[in-house]
Amino acid sequence: MRNLLKKIFLVDLFQGLWVTFRYQHPRNIYTEQYPAERPKVAERYRGAPRLNINPDNGETLCIACNLCALACPEALIVVGSERNEATRRKELTTFTYDTSRCMFCGLCEDACPVDALELTQDFELATYTREGQIWDRQTLEEGPRPTQYKC
Amino acid sequence: MPDSTFLDSTELVLNMGPQHPSTHGVLRVILKLDGEKVMGTECVIGYLHRGVEKIAENRTWAQFNPYVDRMDYVAAISNGLGYCLAVEKLLNVEAPPRAQAVRVILTELNRIASHLLWLGTHALDIGAITPVFYCLREREEALKIFENYCGARLTTHAFRIGGLLYETYEGFEREVRAFCDMFLPKVDEYEELLTNNRIWVGRLRNVGILNADECKEYGVTGPVLRAAGVKWDLRKAQPYSGYEKYEFDIPTRQNGDTYDRYMVRMEEMRQAVRIMRQAVDAIPEGAIMGKVGKVIKPAVGEAYVSIEAPKGELGYYAVSDGSTQPYRVRVRPPSFVNLQALDRMVRGGLMADVVAVIGTLDIVLGEVDR
Repeated sequence: MRNLLKKIFLVDLFQGLWVTFRYQHPRNIYTEQYPAERPKVAERYRGAPRLNINPDNGETLCIACNLCALACPEALIVVGSERNEATRRKELTTFTYDTSRCMFCGLCEDACPVDALELTQDFELATYTREGQIWDRQTLEEGPRPTQYKC
Repeated sequence: MPDSTFLDSTELVLNMGPQHPSTHGVLRVILKLDGEKVMGTECVIGYLHRGVEKIAENRTWAQFNPYVDRMDYVAAISNGLGYCLAVEKLLNVEAPPRAQAVRVILTELNRIASHLLWLGTHALDIGAITPVFYCLREREEALKIFENYCGARLTTHAFRIGGLLYETYEGFEREVRAFCDMFLPKVDEYEELLTNNRIWVGRLRNVGILNADECKEYGVTGPVLRAAGVKWDLRKAQPYSGYEKYEFDIPTRQNGDTYDRYMVRMEEMRQAVRIMRQAVDAIPEGAIMGKVGKVIKPAVGEAYVSIEAPKGELGYYAVSDGSTQPYRVRVRPPSFVNLQALDRMVRGGLMADVVAVIGTLDIVLGEVDR
């Protein structure tokens, strides 16, 4: 009898609708206004790569040890270096990083002994061409410059 | 397959997928139909085949670690744990207690995240659109913890061979506790929406029955097996990563139909919260990385480790020839094995139930095809 009444008065459906109704209050809205309001990603976020430079003299921190290139599972980092005869040290000449093949695993970042290569918090990596995905040393040193939108 | 169909009418062959929204990826099911009745099915898989096992042979042990996340991308952390445990067994090292506790917390959190995605999409397939919004809202909180911990939300690469790379961040324990407190009432809320709902019950009860013997025959594991009444959970049967320290129940049901599998998974989420609460209260201090060299070079040998992933038994079989690269890595994915039972479950049923059964098996095509 009770079950029949429950069935007739649609108790089960109203039970579910009551849950939905409870979330109708505007404070339960869960929308991010993305391009206008940039999401705050975590401090450890693994995003666009950057090749750090010494802020005092603008020289690269990279010692061209090639460890990142060896650690990369996709072998997408190419480090070019040249031996400087005056200081008898290896110096970085070119650095290419193919973000189109990158899976942002962070192994290169872990391998770097001097914290020169870093995955930053920027996540907007779209480009208009395939070639644009291959970042050279200059792009990497400048670092990502996220677009700001005004609304 | 029966020789003749009803009234000798020709059977209708219908392709479901590979771009059908309810196949949860790129699964193609060839359905042989007599009217609405399913006479037989045939699964065509391989649309997402990337040759992960072959890739492993060309990478070093550590380099292969990010690839395993891309098999079951919904439960990437569980995959990472399975692979790390297998290589650790080869190396004969064990992760330190602190690393083990953090691993348990994150894998259980990942179990919840995986089950939430399953619940949302499964309900969406059946026709209930509300749960998916609520499920993804709560899943977001779990993913935020992953992002804060290791810097990625989905393909996390959270664990390293021998332990952890990242120390827990400031406020990790607080956030996990807050998630536990927030999440339990939400499970009740999903149950309010679905458990008694007449459409939900009508679509799920006595659909896709797979009894215990059939489950064992097909090698089906995970919630599908437990819904048939078999109390088998690798976390209890072969404890790994310190699961023997935590108290939890293995939820089981008797009928083995789609509704029971739903109930088992709902209860599993509650049990996962229970494990997380115990683990987060007792994270030991100490190192997070075991004694593993920079270059991982296991001795000649082989190791098989299986863990209880959200979808069932996830096994990693690793063979080493003594070099820095795996000789062979074989994965035993739960989705692939569970999918074999699809034909048994839908044969003789109605066509609309195929969607419900694919949903209840909780397959991820990245794992089926590898």
